[in-house]
Parts: sequence; C-alpha cells; structure tokens
Amino acid sequence: MIVGVLALQGDVSEHRKILEQLGAEVSEVRTVEDLQNIDRLVIPGGESTAITKLLASTGLDIAIVKKYRAGDFPIFGTCAGAIVLAKTVLGKNAPIPLGLLDITIDRNAYGSQHQSFETPLTITGIKRPVTVRFIRAPKISSVGKKVEILASDGALPVLVREGNLLAATFHTEVTGETAVHQLFLDL
Amino acid sequence: MTNRNTLGEDLAKMLKGGVIMDVVTADQARIAEHAGAVAVMALERVPSDIRKEGGVARMSDPLLIKEIQAAVSIPVMAKVRIGHTAEAMILESLQVDFIDESEVLTPADPFAHIVKTQFKTPFVCGATNLGEALRRINEGAAMIRTKGEAGTGNVVEAVRHLKMINKEIAELAHWQGPKLREYATAERVPVELVELVRAAGRLPVVTFVAGGIATPADAALLMQMGAEGVFVGSGIFKSADPAKRAAAIVQATTHFTDAALLAEVSEGLGEAMVGQEIETLSLVMQGRGI
Repeated sequence: MIVGVLALQGDVSEHRKILEQLGAEVSEVRTVEDLQNIDRLVIPGGESTAITKLLASTGLDIAIVKKYRAGDFPIFGTCAGAIVLAKTVLGKNAPIPLGLLDITIDRNAYGSQHQSFETPLTITGIKRPVTVRFIRAPKISSVGKKVEILASDGALPVLVREGNLLAATFHTEVTGETAVHQLFLDL
Repeated sequence: MTNRNTLGEDLAKMLKGGVIMDVVTADQARIAEHAGAVAVMALERVPSDIRKEGGVARMSDPLLIKEIQAAVSIPVMAKVRIGHTAEAMILESLQVDFIDESEVLTPADPFAHIVKTQFKTPFVCGATNLGEALRRINEGAAMIRTKGEAGTGNVVEAVRHLKMINKEIAELAHWQGPKLREYATAERVPVELVELVRAAGRLPVVTFVAGGIATPADAALLMQMGAEGVFVGSGIFKSADPAKRAAAIVQATTHFTDAALLAEVSEGLGEAMVGQEIETLSLVMQGRGI
C-alpha cells in the first residue's frame, strides 16, 4: 500500500515520518501524475488558503475528487487538511474546499497563535488517551447525518469520519504520536 | 534548553513549503493572502525603503498591525528591534502570531537578544551561521531564518548563510565529545543543543531563508539547497506587478525542481526590484546582533 502525502505546502515531512514508522510506503504528491500510483492520501496541516490555491493551479483539486469518487481511496485531512476536505468553510477569506466531507468548519475559530494549545483526548478506537495539539485550529461547527464523531474537545467534534474520509482539527504528527495515523491506515 | 516553545515550533512546521511576504498596508496583505502567502510580515517600511530613507527603524505602529490582522486570515508576523523586550511585549499583547527579532530594524541592545522563553508568542530570528542559530534557539527562538542582506534584491548572502549553516551541521557529524564541548563553549550554547543538532543532522526548528529574494528562480534555488520556506521582503511590493510576482514565487517555492513550471511562472513578470551589489552598501544589516 502506498500512502500519498499532499506536498504542496505544510508539515509534510512530519506526516511522512509517522506513516513510515507504521510501515507504510510514502510518496509525495505535487502533481496529478503523482496521484496515479497511490492508494490513500494525507492532506497535511498548513495554510488552507495556500494549499487550495496550489490544488487549483495544479489541477489536483479535480483529480483528487475524481479519484475519491471512483472508490476505495481513503483520505485523511489534519487541520488545514480538514478544511480542504469540508463541504462548507466559514470565516474571513475562506478558501474553496474540495467539498467531500459533510461538515461545516470555521477557520481559525479559536483565534491567533495565543489560543494554540495541547490537550489529552479520548478517541473512539484508541484505548489510551492521546496527546494532541491544536495550532491556530479550525472548529467543526456542524456535521452531516452520516458523519461519525470519534473525538470531541468539550462540546466540539475534533476527529470525525464519514466512510473513507477522516478529518482532525488537531495535530498528532508533530508529537510523534502514531495512533491516529494507524486509525487512518485501518480504514 | 528546557523551555522550548513547542506550540510555536509547530506553527512554524505548518508554514513549511510556503512564502511569507512583507506588507506595509492592509491592501498589500490581502494581495499577499490572495497570491497564496502562508503568512504576512506587517511593517511600516520594507527593507529597501529603510535603506533608502535611513533613520532609526522601529517596531510598527500597533494600528497598522491591527489593520493587517483584520484584513487577512493567515498568520500575521511583526518585527521588533534586536533586544527590545518592551516592543515584543507590545506585539504579544496585540496577539501577533510570530515575532521577528530582526536585524532589519535598528538594534536596541548591543549586549543581548530578547529572552524569548518568557513569551507565549513564538519568535523567528535571523542567523548567518550555525553558532548564531543555536544561540537564538537557546534563547527560545521557535524558527530560524537566514539573515541574507535585506532590501538588496541580491540573493547571494541568503545563499551564503544557508550553505554555511548546512556545512557546519555536516561537520558536526565528524566530531566527538571534547570537540563538541569546545565548540559549544566557543559559541556560548549548551553542549546538549549541539549534540541534538549532531544527532538529527539539522536544526531542531524549522529553517527558512530571507534576505534578497526577488524572483521565482531565487526562491527555487534556495529550496533546492534545503530551505524549508521563504521570506520575501522588498522583492514583491517593490516590483512592477506585485500580485503576479507573489503568485509566481509561491508556485516556485512549491514546485522548486520543475524547470518547465519555473520557466512558465517566470515569464512576463515585469521589472523586478532594482538590485544592489553587496560591496556598494553603506549599511550592512547582517552584522547586527551577537
């Protein structure tokens, strides 16, 4: 199984390292051609405005949606990646997302870097608490009927799944934590 | 080494592969965001104007920073003078996302840099070599950038500093205990930090390049040399068509090995900023700081 990591911008090498630790073969995706041989895709953290522009300029936006709709192509988005996957994005200067995952997400809803934080989370499917970091994170303000909430921080859903799509508003790739990526590889 | 700003280091990781652009107005900030910048650096004068106009260059007016924060959704950075802890406190209270303790502004303290560990706001600092980078990280910097020579449109100093840092990191691999301790003492940093760099073969924080980057090809060159992202100061808004050049530099930073794409985005950008030979400069900014 080859896992692609979208490498247009963001914390690509951190995801790569975790996936390799879990035994996956990893390939970086910068062009439509890079998409051909991969079985899964991770959309990393970064700036969603920059990533969506680069998705559009490369034609990867259309190609990813097409490959996803053809079936058997799980995608995991973290933070900016969750925004990219969403159906609806709220907030100032909101980017145009791929519109695959039935959630409404509010960019930078916690505020600036001052509101970034680390916290332990209880995650469905993972037996122990997992330490995660929210970095200028978005908030998922509503989820569709078919979306399963795998973890919440207070009342806010922070890890959600809809079929083959997994989205986290937090990061574990920056701490060396592998459990959430394993959850993705098990989809 | 006990007080690393891990959340700040993580924000720097999210900026990787991206372009951070100097802006002096809210309108420029919007252009930068629209072009695909991952962050903007809010300041009153870009480095080339600081060179031209002279005088003491200080932190920007908080009002300008607030206007820029209101205009964009991407992180907003702002500069303080080297060692000016009070300016940094002001920027922290404005909740900027990153503080650049910058040699582009006139230094405030000839003896010391800001003790950055006392701030929640992460800092990025300039460096010309490994020792300087390590001193800044030891003070709590969450991100390092080359100093280059700002406001010149001349990339040679950014290349020099990135290559110097990379070369010195490579040399560490051949050194053993006593020599590492000797180096740490000479550079006034804990040996544990030097050992960390030696083991990882890289700095423990994200490393961008800055200073003199003016074209998409400049950005690509430095990315090919191992830079993790690019700051562009005067290079964008002192050029003929800032929006187009900004978008082109963003493309070049992502697709830095794709020659055909680099050729395509370099085409018809209009005049680049006027460049300067380093030897002709009356003010050399890279020597500022200790």
